[in-house]
Amino acid sequence: MAWFWKKKEGEERPTKVQIAEGLWVKCDSCKEIVYRAEVDRAGRVCPRCRYPFRISARERIASLVDEGSFEERDARLTARDPLEFKDTKKYTDRVKAAKKATGLEEAVLSGTARIGGHPLVLAAFEFGFMGGSMASVVGEKLTRAIELAIQKRIPLVIVSASGGARMQEGILSLMQMAKTAAALHRLAEERLPYISLLTDPTTGGVTASFAMLGDVIMAEPRALIGFAGPRVIAETIRQPLPEGFQRSEFLLQHGQLDLVVERRELRETLRRVLAFFAGPPSQPAP
Amino acid sequence: MPDELEFEKPILELENRIAEIRAAEGEAASRDAIGKLEERLRRLQQKVYGSLTAWQRAQLARHPKRPHALDLFRLLLTDFVELHGDRVFGDDMAIVGGLAGFEGEPVVVVGHQKGRDTRENIARNFGMPHPEGYRKALRLMQLAEKFGKPVITFIDTPGAYPGLGAEERGQAEAIARNLREMAGLRTPIISVVTGEGGSGGALAIGVANRVLMLEHAIYSVISPEGCAAILWGDASKAPEAARLMRTTAPDLQRLGIIDGVVPEPVGGAHRNWEEAAGNLRTALREHLRQLRPRSPGELVQDRYEKFRRIGVFDEPA
Repeated sequence: MAWFWKKKEGEERPTKVQIAEGLWVKCDSCKEIVYRAEVDRAGRVCPRCRYPFRISARERIASLVDEGSFEERDARLTARDPLEFKDTKKYTDRVKAAKKATGLEEAVLSGTARIGGHPLVLAAFEFGFMGGSMASVVGEKLTRAIELAIQKRIPLVIVSASGGARMQEGILSLMQMAKTAAALHRLAEERLPYISLLTDPTTGGVTASFAMLGDVIMAEPRALIGFAGPRVIAETIRQPLPEGFQRSEFLLQHGQLDLVVERRELRETLRRVLAFFAGPPSQPAP
Repeated sequence: MPDELEFEKPILELENRIAEIRAAEGEAASRDAIGKLEERLRRLQQKVYGSLTAWQRAQLARHPKRPHALDLFRLLLTDFVELHGDRVFGDDMAIVGGLAGFEGEPVVVVGHQKGRDTRENIARNFGMPHPEGYRKALRLMQLAEKFGKPVITFIDTPGAYPGLGAEERGQAEAIARNLREMAGLRTPIISVVTGEGGSGGALAIGVANRVLMLEHAIYSVISPEGCAAILWGDASKAPEAARLMRTTAPDLQRLGIIDGVVPEPVGGAHRNWEEAAGNLRTALREHLRQLRPRSPGELVQDRYEKFRRIGVFDEPA
């Protein structure tokens, strides 16, 4: 087993794909029962259908960065309940449950790291935390991450896995789209690179803000990526959706992505892209 | 949706009765009876419109007779020249825009456009834009920037259209790009939520120096129906969802999201378009006056800080 797939002491497995403790696991995509060691060896990818299982933010970061190079920032930011939102459960209880299930304070982890020696600011979503939804804390952490990249004059990488804006903070969640996009405008003005990595799933207000604004936008294979969710679209147009609709390969075909990269190739691809941006300019930027 | 809203029925009935008495007996003969009824009407209006629920406001915001963008353009602007198309794929009639004069000053205007009847609503896709609508809007806003003219946008959409073509042509990218580019636009931008501010599809023309709302307009992260469907699997619980999400203009002002509420005529903008437009004119004039002396750099800075502040969280030491 590669070091970066090893389960750390006390680390929770992602909530979506509950890998049973045992020798065999069921693939979320093809439903085949596959040998667990084989899945782990492939970086948590199904050996039959090549579907990359959803992984936690910590696993994601460990799989991408130089060993031990990640230093978390803004780790203490935590949600409040500005709308005093309560449906079948209180919002504060939902947050509490998400913290317990993931061992994280919020739906995104951010900090500095190195990939192939190149320094960068990295943020990765935790889909297990309320579906990776974006509300005040996620918007603030991402904006600070962007501002940190500007301050340190290093590239930014965001790994998205999110259902979109979080309803329980209402309009405040919506406005995080504008806030992060405005910060990315500053990053672009400073001519600092932003690489957006889309993983399964990336939808709604996350796709419709920072996720689609990368200088380079890449995705893992088979990831669901879109603005509206497929169920909403099917209900709206009242017809079945075409095969592969809103999957990475579909977006690539329609010109919405720069590239689709297998999980095991991600680190090396990121290293090459970062090396490109780190290279000397042939002439000073205007 | 019926033109008469359920909660307005007693008011409309009383109004009809007054009109009937007037018609039957003449003004002079019935002054006494009419005076009493009119007093009752005023009290009833105060009671109903003074304590509207979030859902009642949503119904007013979506009222089929509410003035839409092109109506407001006609009432507020001179020399309007509509410009079409995104120069890439097509012309999305769910978003309209063009060149115009506002109180003698050239401006670029953009707005979501709903239809008035079924045929027009189909052509306008019920005010739900495709990516080319957002790209047209951005093209026009960048035209304004290039020639140093202010931008005024009117927001009134259930949301960006969730359809096959919209996804194929990059709905999310179109919205995202507008958010980023509006943030950096070196000219004044004022956005007014005139009806429904439906999620990202509304915000995509709403990253402004000043964001205003008409008194009964709503603005939310997801439609009340969508929220209810997700929370309870039951879209008919939309009234409860509207309340929970704090979608009304007074709510948004309290949350510090908007910069002003533009009063509507008694009963809502649909009861008197001229009065509604008049109030909006006053607000636009004042905000333009405040923004006009600012340099492009100051305008971008001001807009950045406005959105940068938004968010409520804890950060324990």
